[in-house]
Amino acid sequence: MMRLYNWLLPHPLLTLLLALVWILLQNQVSAGMVVFGLILGIIIPRGTAIWWPDAPTGLRMGKLVRYMVIVLWDIMVANIQVAWIVLTVPNSKLKPAWIDIPLDLRLPEAITVLAGTITLTPGTVSADLSDEGHCLLVHVLHTDDPDAIRDEIKTRYEARLMEIFT
Amino acid sequence: MTGDVIGLYATALCLLIGSGFVIVGVIGLLKFNDPMTRLHAPTKVGTVGIGMLLLASMIHSFTLGQTSLHELLIMAFLFVTAPVSANFIAKVNIHRRACDMPPPPSVDDTWSTLDTPDTEPAHTHAP
Repeated sequence: MMRLYNWLLPHPLLTLLLALVWILLQNQVSAGMVVFGLILGIIIPRGTAIWWPDAPTGLRMGKLVRYMVIVLWDIMVANIQVAWIVLTVPNSKLKPAWIDIPLDLRLPEAITVLAGTITLTPGTVSADLSDEGHCLLVHVLHTDDPDAIRDEIKTRYEARLMEIFT
Repeated sequence: MTGDVIGLYATALCLLIGSGFVIVGVIGLLKFNDPMTRLHAPTKVGTVGIGMLLLASMIHSFTLGQTSLHELLIMAFLFVTAPVSANFIAKVNIHRRACDMPPPPSVDDTWSTLDTPDTEPAHTHAP
């Protein structure tokens, strides 16, 4: 029974997400749409399961939701900061910098989420990974203290992601 | 009636804030002179700018009584795809040496974009 469940639903969360996206695409809720969304949500993960063999299991959903709220708040603050830098700091006084962040995360999915978070938040863009994936290259728009930004990313985002992807 | 008025003002406010952020993003794109710093303005300011415009669209459809949640999907897809395209542009800049080159990583040998057969790697294998 458990094997059938695992075969049919390799990624239960992805199934729910696909059903939700289908319902949002239809822009109306009816029983038929929910059923069709669930059918799509079962067929698509099943058909693509062989390309995603080692999906992370045991996500901590509560912590994930808290992380998303923190990131959304940071995006709002970051936008105002970046807008301020764009409007007030002249090109000659701009201090862009490369920083590299040694990663404690090893799961590819977790590193992807971290890189996406860095790109969406305070004046930073994640540019590259090192050849063996143990180090993340980040470009900062304007900073006086690159080490402080590295420490903030490690404590604020990476430590939380370590707890989410256990 | 008051609901309509509040909706109207909320829509207008969201449109103004959204277009303000979008114009700041465009100013940044034109003002900065280095490809990597140029990347910052549109990727970040764009997300909230477009987010506010979509929020205005949602509030407007609610006040008209035709609830529409398509905008949530647009926002979700935008948040997923914006980092990917920014990452690709950054990688192209590094690959073409169009910007200041980054220092070598502290843990591994080199950055993966620079790890190509035509560049001399830091770790040369014995023939």
